[in-house]
Amino acid sequence: MAYLRSILRSGKNAVPAVLRREFHRTLPAAVQVTVRDAIKEALDEELERDERVFLLGEEVALFEGAYKVTRGLWKKYGDKRIIDTPITEIGFTGIAVGAAMAGLRPVVEYMSFNFSMQSVDHIINSAAKTYYMSGGLQPVSIVFRGPNGAAPGVAAQHAQCFAAWYGHVPGLKVVSPWSAEDAKGLLKSAIRDDNPVVFLENEIMYSVPFEMSEESQSKDFLIPIGKAKIERKGNHVTLVSHSHVVSRCMDAAAVLAKDGIECEVINLRTIRPMDMEAIETSVMKTKHLITVEGGWPQFGVGGEILARIMEGPGFSYLNAPAVRVTGVDIPMPYAKHLEENTLPQIKDIVFSVKKTLNV
Amino acid sequence: MQKMLTIISNVLRGSASRNGAELVSEGARVVVSARTYADFTPQATFDIKKCDLHKLEEGPPLQAVLTREEGLQYYRTMQTMRRMELKADQLYKQKIIRGFCHLYDGQEACAVGIEAGINLSDHLITAYRAHGYTLTRGGTVREIMAELTGRRGGIAKGKGGSMHMYTKHFYGGNGIVGAQVPLGAGVALACKYLGKNELCVCLYGDGAANQGQIFETYNMASLWKLPCIFICENNKYGMGTSVERAAASTDYYKRGDFIPGLRLDGMDVLCVREATKFAAEHCRSGKGPILMELQTYRYHGHSMSDPGVSYRTREEIQEVRSKSDPISMLKDRMLSNNMASVEELKEIDVEVRKEIEDAAQFATTDPEPPLDDLCNHIFYNDHPMEVRGINPWSKLKSVS
Repeated sequence: MAYLRSILRSGKNAVPAVLRREFHRTLPAAVQVTVRDAIKEALDEELERDERVFLLGEEVALFEGAYKVTRGLWKKYGDKRIIDTPITEIGFTGIAVGAAMAGLRPVVEYMSFNFSMQSVDHIINSAAKTYYMSGGLQPVSIVFRGPNGAAPGVAAQHAQCFAAWYGHVPGLKVVSPWSAEDAKGLLKSAIRDDNPVVFLENEIMYSVPFEMSEESQSKDFLIPIGKAKIERKGNHVTLVSHSHVVSRCMDAAAVLAKDGIECEVINLRTIRPMDMEAIETSVMKTKHLITVEGGWPQFGVGGEILARIMEGPGFSYLNAPAVRVTGVDIPMPYAKHLEENTLPQIKDIVFSVKKTLNV
Repeated sequence: MQKMLTIISNVLRGSASRNGAELVSEGARVVVSARTYADFTPQATFDIKKCDLHKLEEGPPLQAVLTREEGLQYYRTMQTMRRMELKADQLYKQKIIRGFCHLYDGQEACAVGIEAGINLSDHLITAYRAHGYTLTRGGTVREIMAELTGRRGGIAKGKGGSMHMYTKHFYGGNGIVGAQVPLGAGVALACKYLGKNELCVCLYGDGAANQGQIFETYNMASLWKLPCIFICENNKYGMGTSVERAAASTDYYKRGDFIPGLRLDGMDVLCVREATKFAAEHCRSGKGPILMELQTYRYHGHSMSDPGVSYRTREEIQEVRSKSDPISMLKDRMLSNNMASVEELKEIDVEVRKEIEDAAQFATTDPEPPLDDLCNHIFYNDHPMEVRGINPWSKLKSVS
C-alpha cells in the first residue's frame, strides 16, 4: 500500500495546472489519484485476480496505451494477457466476443469510442443479444472500454458521445464514470460482471486527480453498476449529469451557491440500467430538474430521463418543466472558440438553473 | 467396441421420444443384428479425389478407410439431417415455422464429414444455415424442430428460432453474414489461451467470403497462430448471386493468401473427413490457421422464401441430385462393397422417418414459451430486475 502511494506521488502524468481541481476535503489516509491511474489500478488488480481476464486493443501493450492508461501492464503480464491488435476494429471486437463466449473475460480497448462504430455489430448483435437469443445458454462476459465524447481539438469524427447509442440496447450495461473512485470501482465491477459492459471513459478526465478514500484503495473495492451518486446535496434544483460534465455542474453549483441557490448534483455513474430512483427522490425534494450532458440533444440521455420523470411519480412534484442542457446539435467544430460554444459551459448551466427557478 | 457403442448410442438418441421399454429392445435388436450381419465387409478403403492445394507441400491422403459402423453412422446422420430439413420445409409451407428458414439439404456431407474429423470437445461456429450443425454438435431433432416452431421445448427455449441455436462448444447459428468468422477465431484464441489442445472450426459461405472482417480475421489468426480451421462452404450461390458475379477471385481456398488452403469435393463425406483430419492436425501442431473450401450444393433456395430457380436452372439442380448426392454416394459405396444390405439401410430410413415424425409431432404440440418468460435471460448471473413494458404502467419482471 505504501509502495502504491509512493508510485502515485511521483507519477509523471502531465497535469496542466488549469485542470487541477480540489473537490473533496482531505481525509486521513486518503491519496490523490488521477482517473487514468485509477483505471490502470482496476485493470491491474483484476488481471491479477482472475487468470481469464486479458486486455486487447491498439497500442495497449508496447506503446503502453495511446493515452498511457495501460502503462506498465504489458511489462508485468506479458504477451498472453496484454495483446496489441492491428487496426481492425470489427475483426478484433469479434475475436474478443468469441473468446468471451468460450469462457475468457476480455477487456477490449477502443482508442476512442468513435472507432467502436466499426464494431457496433459485434457489440450489439454478437454480445448484447446472445444470452437472450440462446434462451440462457450462452453468456458473454466482456468489457468494452475507452475514451468517449469530447476531447479538446479533436474535431467532428473524434468527439461524438455514444452514451445514448449504447444506452438504447437491452442486454448491454453502460457505465460512464466521472471521478477516480468511480473509474476504479466501476471498472472492477464491470470486469467481474458476467455480461457485456460498455465502459465510457473520457479523455479530459484522465489527468484529473481526485481524493481516493482508504476504502477505495482496497483490491476488493467495488462500486455497484446501476447506482447513481449524489456528489453535492442541495434543496433548490436537481442537476443530473455523467462523465466530464459532472465537473461543470459542480463548478456551476459553486457559482450558484454565491447567489444562495443550492444545487443537488447527481453523478449518474451508470447510463444503463439508470438509477431513476435516485433522480426521483431528488426531484421530490427540489421540485426542479435539469439534465446536463455533452452529447447531442435528440434522443439523448436527458431525453430519456425527462420521459421517465413524466411517466413516474416525480412529475407531480415538479414546479417547472424539466429541461435538458446538452451539446449543440452539430458535428463538433475544430476552432477553439467554436468548440467551446458547442459544449455546456458553466454559464449555460447557471443560466438554465436561473431560468428554471425563474430568478 | 467403441464403434459399436457409437451405433447403439445413435439409435438410442434417435429413439429419445419413445418409451423406455422400446428403447431397450431397440438397442438389443441392433446388437443382435450386428452379430448376425457378420458376413458383411467390416471395412473398406476408398479412393478419394485429390485436393487442390495452396501454400501446402502435401495434402490429405488419397484414400480413406471406412468401417461398416462409421458408414452406418454417417448414413444415419445424413439421412436424419435430410429428412429433418424436408420436414422443416413442410412445416414452413404450413406456416407453422415462421420468419427465416435456411435449409441444408444437399450439404449434409459437409457437416457430417467435419464432425467425423474433429472431437466433440473441439468447437464449431457457423452462420444461419445451421440446423445440420446443431444436430452434429449434440442437439436432438426434437429440440431443433421445437425451436423452429418456437416452442418452450426448443433448444433455445423458443427465444432464438432457426438462426440462433446453441449447444456445448457450438456457438450458433449467427444471423449477420461474416460475423461468425471473427467470433470463431476468438473461440480459437480461448482454446490456445487455456491450453487444452482444442481447436475451432469456423464456417462461412461463398457469399460471406468477400466480407472485410474475414480478412481482418485471417490476419490476426495468422499473426497469433490461432488453432482455427476456416471452412468456406461454397455452394455456388450467395442468396441469388452466383460466385462469378460476386467475387473477383472464386478460388476461395486461396483467399487466405498467407494461410495454407485446400479445395475439395464437399459432396463426398470421406473427402471432407480426411481433409478435416488433415487440417485439425495442422492446427493442433501449432502451425496456426488453415483454410478449407468445400465445393457443395444446396437443393433448396437460399431460404424458404426463395424458390431457388430464378438464378439457376432446374436442370442444374436435378443434375447434382442424380450425380452427386452425398447420401446416394455413400449408399452406393457401402452397397457395392458389401458393407451393408439394402434392407438394413431401408430399416434405418424407416427409423429416421419415425424419429422425424415424432419430433415434428412434439414441435407442433409443445406449447409456446409462457409470457412470463418474455423478459428473462437478458443478463446472466444477475439479480432480478424490472423491465419496462409497452406502456408506462407495464412493469415486467426479468430473471437471469
